[in-house]
Amino acid sequence: MIGLEHYLTVAAALFVIGIFGLFLNRKNVIILLMSIELMLLAVNINFVAFSSFLNDLVGQVFTLFVLTVAAAEAAIGLAILVCFFRNRGTIDVEDVNVMKG
Amino acid sequence: MISADIQTVLPEILLSLYAMGALMAAVYTIKDGAAALLTWVTAGVFVLLAVWIGINGSGTTQAFGGMFVDDAFARFSKIIILISAAIVLLMSEGYMARRDLLRFEYPLLVALAVVGMMVMVSAGDLMALYMGLELQSLSLYVVASLRRDSAKSTEAGLKYFVLGALSSGLLLYGASLTYGFAGTTLFSGIIDALQKDVSLGLLFGLVFLLAGFAFKVSAAPFHMWTPDVYEGSPTPVTAFFATAPKVAAMALFARVVHDAFGGIVGEWQQIVAFLAVVSMFLGAIAAIGQRDIKRLMAYSSIAHMGFALMGLAAGTALGVQAMLIYMAIYVTMNIGTFALILSMEKDGRPVTDIQALQSYSKRDPLMALVMLVMMFSLAGVPPMLGFFGKFYVLRAAYEAGLGWLAVAGVIASVIGAFYYLRIVYYVYFGADKDGTDARPTPILWTAAVVTALIVALAWLPGINLFGIEPVAAAAAETLVN
Repeated sequence: MIGLEHYLTVAAALFVIGIFGLFLNRKNVIILLMSIELMLLAVNINFVAFSSFLNDLVGQVFTLFVLTVAAAEAAIGLAILVCFFRNRGTIDVEDVNVMKG
Repeated sequence: MISADIQTVLPEILLSLYAMGALMAAVYTIKDGAAALLTWVTAGVFVLLAVWIGINGSGTTQAFGGMFVDDAFARFSKIIILISAAIVLLMSEGYMARRDLLRFEYPLLVALAVVGMMVMVSAGDLMALYMGLELQSLSLYVVASLRRDSAKSTEAGLKYFVLGALSSGLLLYGASLTYGFAGTTLFSGIIDALQKDVSLGLLFGLVFLLAGFAFKVSAAPFHMWTPDVYEGSPTPVTAFFATAPKVAAMALFARVVHDAFGGIVGEWQQIVAFLAVVSMFLGAIAAIGQRDIKRLMAYSSIAHMGFALMGLAAGTALGVQAMLIYMAIYVTMNIGTFALILSMEKDGRPVTDIQALQSYSKRDPLMALVMLVMMFSLAGVPPMLGFFGKFYVLRAAYEAGLGWLAVAGVIASVIGAFYYLRIVYYVYFGADKDGTDARPTPILWTAAVVTALIVALAWLPGINLFGIEPVAAAAAETLVN
């Protein structure tokens, strides 16, 4: 029997993979976008699992909002990335370094 | 029923309709030719809405089943947000026009960001919170990379986007845990659930939520995006980042910890106090080595957020009141300082190096005096306005039994005074180099002089901080009880 905790474990694992993808990735900004997407989808699994467990629709409504916002976020991220590529001719994470932070 | 709900959210609806309508109108007509006009009209709309909210609002109303709350706290924050956004828009117009940056999207994106902020400070539900926050953030990502042909500006936008998305992810994960363990996303439901049982899942949710908010208010150790984004963005955009979004994020922070987690003050108090201490010290120490005034203002804002969080860490109505007063004062000081930074240029090109301010007093004595007032106030030297902000948060922390936090705040503000006073030293006693040579435009001049007068004279007995204290107290009272 697959219970709530299994879903939560999968979601937590995906979320952690997403965070690690953000910080350990040294190659490509596109991979950062994929990691961000992974984090948001992990959250969605959480919401849907809780929603079904609690017999409450709010979690699924929230999931739809998250999906919509994630799409808008990806569009804006890619647009900024295109502008960045036009200026620098590269999308390597190591080259995002005009300013030292 | 539904008409009463719409009545409550009418300011937000009108502003978003205005932004969408103006966007359509400008796209299909003269595009960037309308930019200057739209900037003025948008600022006018902001001011009108602020006046309307200030005059019309009373009591506490809830809309859409508690998802949206209109109370004195929300109104106080909204008025600061609207007024500061209007002033920053007016200050940007000249600067952007001269540098061929004035696009019609800019005022409209700012308007959409302001709608997001207004929803944030009124949120009564995790969903409303998330949607407001994302509307604000998505607009700000675009505004940060407004100068499309500059490597610095697009890099600032990219960094802001990646780290902002990370913080949204953390916040959402916290929201999902909170929803799962409380069984509801309404703040009023969460506070009820906490009275029955404080489960580990809810505490995890709280921690993730706080981490997300700390990103948005740029509190250390989640501050790393701030210096780069401040430095890379066009200066008017930096001025905007330093004012309205900070107020909105801070108000949201206060609303969530009090409205949703008000029953477990002891649990979040330590986290907020930790964020406050780290931010104050990091902001004070890391700013010392900075040469770029925008980067310096970034670290300065981190330190100031630490002080505002100190008020919040008190966990009392007095603390929220101190936080609100602090944010109002912080915004005033930043508008004045950025009016000066916006007018720094040399041979027609903007400069942001602190060295350009060397012996500024010989070239423009009045602006040098304004700079002196602003820097003294940011450092918290009495009797400037900044001192009263620090005084309120220190008192709130002390009376809540956080004496060690108040002592740490005093030490951090002494360390921080060094770099503010160094700028004053450059301005008055610096080597006679050829630095910034431009005269401020009339709008910048007015903004700088008026804020300097406010900052320098607010302590006079007749003025008494412009009566902000009772208003902030009433606002705090509605949030904490």
